Amino acid sequence: MSDEEKKKKKKKKKKPQGPNKLKVKERMKLPRQDMSNQEPSVRCKNFDEVPLGFTDEQAFQEALRCLECPKQPCVAGCPVEIDIPGFITLIVAKDVAGAARKIKETNSLPAICGRVCPQEEQCEIVCVTGKNNKPVAIGHLERYVADYERDNKLVKLPEIAPSTGRKVAIVGSGPAGLTVAGDLIKLGHAVTIFEALHKPGGVLVYGIPEFRLPKSIVQAECDFMADMGVDFQLSTVVGKMDTIDELFEMGYDAVFVGTGAGLPRFMGIEGENLIGIYSANEYLTRSNLMRAFDPDDYDTPIIQGKNIAVLGGGNTAMDAVRTGLRLGADNAHIVYRRSETEMPARIEEIHHAKEEGIQFHMLCNPLKFIGDDQNRVKEMECLRMELGEPDDSGRRRPVPIEGSNFIIKADLVVVAIGNGSNPLIPQTTPGLDCNKWGNITVNDDTMATSRKGVFAGGDIVTGGATVILAAGAGRKAARAMHEYLMKEVKK
Amino acid sequence: MPKVVDNRQIGPMIWKMVVETPRLVSKAKAGQFVILRVNEHGERVPMSIAGLDRDKGLLTIVYQVVGKTSALMTTVKVGEEISDCVGPLGLPSHVEKWGTAIVVGGGIGIAPIYPIAQAYKEAGNKVITIIGARSKDLLFYEEEHKSVADELHVCTDDGSYGHHGFVTDPLKKLLDDGVSIGMIMTVGPVPMMKFLSNLTRKYKVPTWVSLNPLMIDGTGMCGGCRVQIGDETKFACVDGPDFDGHLVDFDLLTARLGAYRQQERKAMKHLLGDPGCNLAESVRKFKYPDEQSGTE
Ligand SMILES: Cc1cc2nc3c(=O)[nH]c(=O)nc-3n(C[C@H](O)[C@H](O)[C@H](O)COP(=O)(O)OP(=O)(O)OC[C@H]3O[C@@H](n4cnc5c(N)ncnc54)[C@H](O)[C@@H]3O)c2cc1C
Ligand SMILES: Cc1cc2nc3c(=O)[nH]c(=O)nc-3n(C[C@H](O)[C@H](O)[C@H](O)COP(=O)(O)OP(=O)(O)OC[C@H]3O[C@@H](n4cnc5c(N)ncnc54)[C@H](O)[C@@H]3O)c2cc1C
Ligand code: SF4
Ligand code: FES
Repeated sequence: MSDEEKKKKKKKKKKPQGPNKLKVKERMKLPRQDMSNQEPSVRCKNFDEVPLGFTDEQAFQEALRCLECPKQPCVAGCPVEIDIPGFITLIVAKDVAGAARKIKETNSLPAICGRVCPQEEQCEIVCVTGKNNKPVAIGHLERYVADYERDNKLVKLPEIAPSTGRKVAIVGSGPAGLTVAGDLIKLGHAVTIFEALHKPGGVLVYGIPEFRLPKSIVQAECDFMADMGVDFQLSTVVGKMDTIDELFEMGYDAVFVGTGAGLPRFMGIEGENLIGIYSANEYLTRSNLMRAFDPDDYDTPIIQGKNIAVLGGGNTAMDAVRTGLRLGADNAHIVYRRSETEMPARIEEIHHAKEEGIQFHMLCNPLKFIGDDQNRVKEMECLRMELGEPDDSGRRRPVPIEGSNFIIKADLVVVAIGNGSNPLIPQTTPGLDCNKWGNITVNDDTMATSRKGVFAGGDIVTGGATVILAAGAGRKAARAMHEYLMKEVKK
Repeated sequence: MPKVVDNRQIGPMIWKMVVETPRLVSKAKAGQFVILRVNEHGERVPMSIAGLDRDKGLLTIVYQVVGKTSALMTTVKVGEEISDCVGPLGLPSHVEKWGTAIVVGGGIGIAPIYPIAQAYKEAGNKVITIIGARSKDLLFYEEEHKSVADELHVCTDDGSYGHHGFVTDPLKKLLDDGVSIGMIMTVGPVPMMKFLSNLTRKYKVPTWVSLNPLMIDGTGMCGGCRVQIGDETKFACVDGPDFDGHLVDFDLLTARLGAYRQQERKAMKHLLGDPGCNLAESVRKFKYPDEQSGTE
């Protein structure tokens, strides 16, 4: 941490003389505001966003609950250390645009993070109000602030430093790549993003469904980057079109690799290639990026199962099963080999899925898929499991119960058991070191790879993680890349 | 956005499109493919590279009208732009100096086999080319192939031109004659590739087939293009599209290609029934031959 940052941190610690006139005791008793949601019976038939957002009054009432703690445990809980009490106080002062600017000091994608971050295990879990009452709804407030700013057209282009004459290439337009782009363009570097797909946003556009993250919001963020001067080269696969070495030959001074996880995993069991068995990536890409849920307007088809079974327990599995329900399934099942406590999905998503009538089958694992005479999947044989000793991940290991085989009827199966890393860049970039899982290895402080001038971050480094961690890695990389560009690249 | 510099009909349901995309062309090799999107609401359709003009930066594809998107492609006028052309995708065809190599193209596969034949020739091979179609009017690119091949065999199923019979007939004759063959490469409809592979397996001649499963991203991300090769599941877009024909599960490929048949027919009917649709007459008369499979 630089001295300046340390000073800033100190300053933050002073108790703000905020506009919140309530006594701490009074604040602690205020009830948490509930964000209203679309009715489960209605929303399971449409792709509109499920939570409807705070009203101005709700946001104000919720903001009053923050104790403005001197120790600010919430800030430490946030992977990018948003000045949480700082922005909440500005909501109390009714300076919502100011609150948005405050958040953007450390997080450039608040409308997105406000919707998809696992706040319950980051900032909210440590919130002091949560000790005797429910924690402050930090995520909902973040979303409110970002939406308010966008809806009221208060987003202002930041100041852009004079041109440094340096050129940067970014591979991949997910949260990691977008963050690097936003940070470096502000510092006066010329930035080009290369994206393999025809729309920017990475998982935010092809993976996370409309009902959780409207695509117009991601597009607004990308448009904002373009307005700042970021050049988007869509439909361009680096490693196929140009290799990283060729990007340097073309005059780029540094490269950031943010290509995400990609490469779906399958289980390697019998019948896995039957028609009607999708990877989550394919299923969600068809529905989200290619908008197969809107067949009147878009051409890409998707199989509409009556009985959908989704294998896995993460956010991806929840997204897939809820998409299946919305596309017309009568029965939508989650099949997960551990118990609900081990499920990696966000609690809010599990809760929403249950409300919508998703059936959860815990502690069971598929053995094989059975097809009909046309090679279409019709059912799945499963085995029940019990929990044994904890494994490397610290989670209790599922152990099969002999002879507990049973059948689940399914004409559509989505495999959502995680993604491996896409080998395209490592394969075409000599000297780029990877670990045994194919993830690019970096210096944790600078995100520098083994190749000079090449930095990397996000899922391609960590394996499947979260939006905010990808954005945080991007921010770290941008800082180091700026330093590299100004010191090491001679002009 | 890539500009279309030529788009013309070269057979009953067969069209040729030339797209200006210099950067892509400078990187592309025979055997690779591109993914096109005609317009904002369109599907992503993979198309094999059927010609590269490196000086002018032009890419040629030859396509068959089989559904809504390929029908829409026929309506793009010269000088207009299409939304996307991504590539070059997939691995280039394996090229070596074997001595004698045979390339076999069936139906629409006659086109992509042409740049592969050129590459084989450039590597110093004697190239024997076999092309075939259901009937004379479905044949094209004969002159092009003549200019490359050391020996050219032309077949039609109905005998309306060239040898009367399938492409496997002249191939079997060559194999029976004991011609020493280093490699056989084939692109065509799935049943043709299957029968051809079954034939050459008996003669133990290495045989490559170019597979055409359904694809979305073409970068290995979705897993939709998975094909069964021996005991392994491979992704055709990154591990292929060329595979050892003796190991491919063609029946599964056929089944998976038909996954959306009903939905696609509905879309096509909808399109042709729309009075505002300005597709060429030949496309309007379009009918699905029910035995049709894959791209044939
Ligand atoms: C269905 C689903 C739901 C999720 N839900 C949540 C959630 O609720 N909360 C949360 O925090 N996280 C969630 N995640 C995880 C989160 O989305 C990822 O951790 C995050 O998007 C990673 O960001 P990234 O920038 O590293 O890569 P990505 O978002 O994966 O973006 C990578 C981009 O690079 C492009 N690319 C790849 N290779 C190339 C190449 N060679 N050339 C050019 N471009 C290339 C890809 O097309 C892609 O657009 C979810 C993930 C999925 C799949
Ligand atoms: C690597 C590769 C190279 C290809 N090269 C060519 C080529 O050079 N010329 C050509 O005419 N076609 C080629 N194809 C097939 C072409 O992509 C499809 O014919 C096209 O996508 C059909 O789109 P459609 O909307 O017109 O038809 P649809 O209405 O979508 O489908 C009609 C029929 O085509 C089959 N089909 C649909 N999509 C695909 C697909 N992506 N791949 C294969 N079959 C499909 C379906 O089984 C269906 O029965 C290639 C496919 C691949 C994977
Ligand atoms: S921990 Fe909770 S109450 Fe304390 S400052 Fe953070 S949000 Fe406010
Ligand atoms: S097309 Fe998606 S993995 Fe091959």
